[in-house]
Amino acid sequence: MKQEKLIEVYQNNSVKISIRREWCKSCGICVEFCPKDVLVPDNQGKPIPENIDACIKCSLCELRCPDFAITVEGVEEKDE
Amino acid sequence: MKTVINNYIREEMFPNMWCPGCGNGIVLGAIIRAIDDLSWDKDKIVAVSGIGCSSRITGYVDFCTMNTTHGRALPFATGIKMANPDLKVIVVMGDGDCSAIGGNHFIHAARRNIDLTAIIINNMIYGMTGGQYSPLTPTGKYGSTAPYGNIDQSFDLVELAIAAGASYVARGTVYNPRQSTSLIKNALDKKGFSVVEIISDCPVSYGKMNKMKSPADMLKWIKDITVSKKVWEGFSPDEKKGKYAIGEFLSKDRPDYTELYEEIIKKAQERGGNK
Repeated sequence: MKQEKLIEVYQNNSVKISIRREWCKSCGICVEFCPKDVLVPDNQGKPIPENIDACIKCSLCELRCPDFAITVEGVEEKDE
Repeated sequence: MKTVINNYIREEMFPNMWCPGCGNGIVLGAIIRAIDDLSWDKDKIVAVSGIGCSSRITGYVDFCTMNTTHGRALPFATGIKMANPDLKVIVVMGDGDCSAIGGNHFIHAARRNIDLTAIIINNMIYGMTGGQYSPLTPTGKYGSTAPYGNIDQSFDLVELAIAAGASYVARGTVYNPRQSTSLIKNALDKKGFSVVEIISDCPVSYGKMNKMKSPADMLKWIKDITVSKKVWEGFSPDEKKGKYAIGEFLSKDRPDYTELYEEIIKKAQERGGNK
């Protein structure tokens, strides 16, 4: 079976959420315990940060992910 | 997506072999974050494990690692520490590995107070072999060898470790990864025998037999059965039934075994023993 090597990156002007799909096992922990319901499962049960603007960067999804498949990074706002 | 985790794992071994939602991965993350907080040199760290799902952790971390026989991680770790006391030795065990097969080694490592950090991932069942009950399976819960409910009284690993003489004793859960990380960090930093029990989930072996189908259900259950040490102390004996206190229970200073052994070597040399 060909392995996916895809890291999906979702970003707005304050947060960057990366999802390593080949490591994710669709356990649903990140989706269930996101305090702001940022994450929504796709048809494989893997998380998609549909409501990324609601993210408060608590990083609980990252800390509770047993597979190191999701990370949350703050994005520094650039001065224009 | 480079994080601190990537600096300490053998990436070619991932995705890990654990079942979806297994708490072992959450504990692995907590251990790595704690080590990163301490800025330890990873070549000076030895991770030792026995047999069981949790013991696979040593295959995933990029330290010096050793996967030993069932229940015997502590004796191997004791040997490593005695031979080279400068190494930081971490022992990762499951509940069966630590409290059943390795039960004697556990109490005697605590009694000697040898400078090791024991991290016990307590999923309350023998997950790898098909869900047999362990000495930490709560009374009344189901296992493949307890289809009508477990009649055994389970060990309280915290009280056992304190009674046996450990220097540092704490309990965390996979539901509270930040607290678990800080407890592990304190334990690693402590001289002497440190014990951290992390209550973990096994959705496949424990969850299915105890009406918790999903990993999220198991984590919610862990949240429900645990209370902080402070709240626990105010509980009546009835309220304490079926609950676990979490937090730091003991942190005391007592000479560790390697120090005492160094002193014996000096004493012997002063009396004309071999140098």
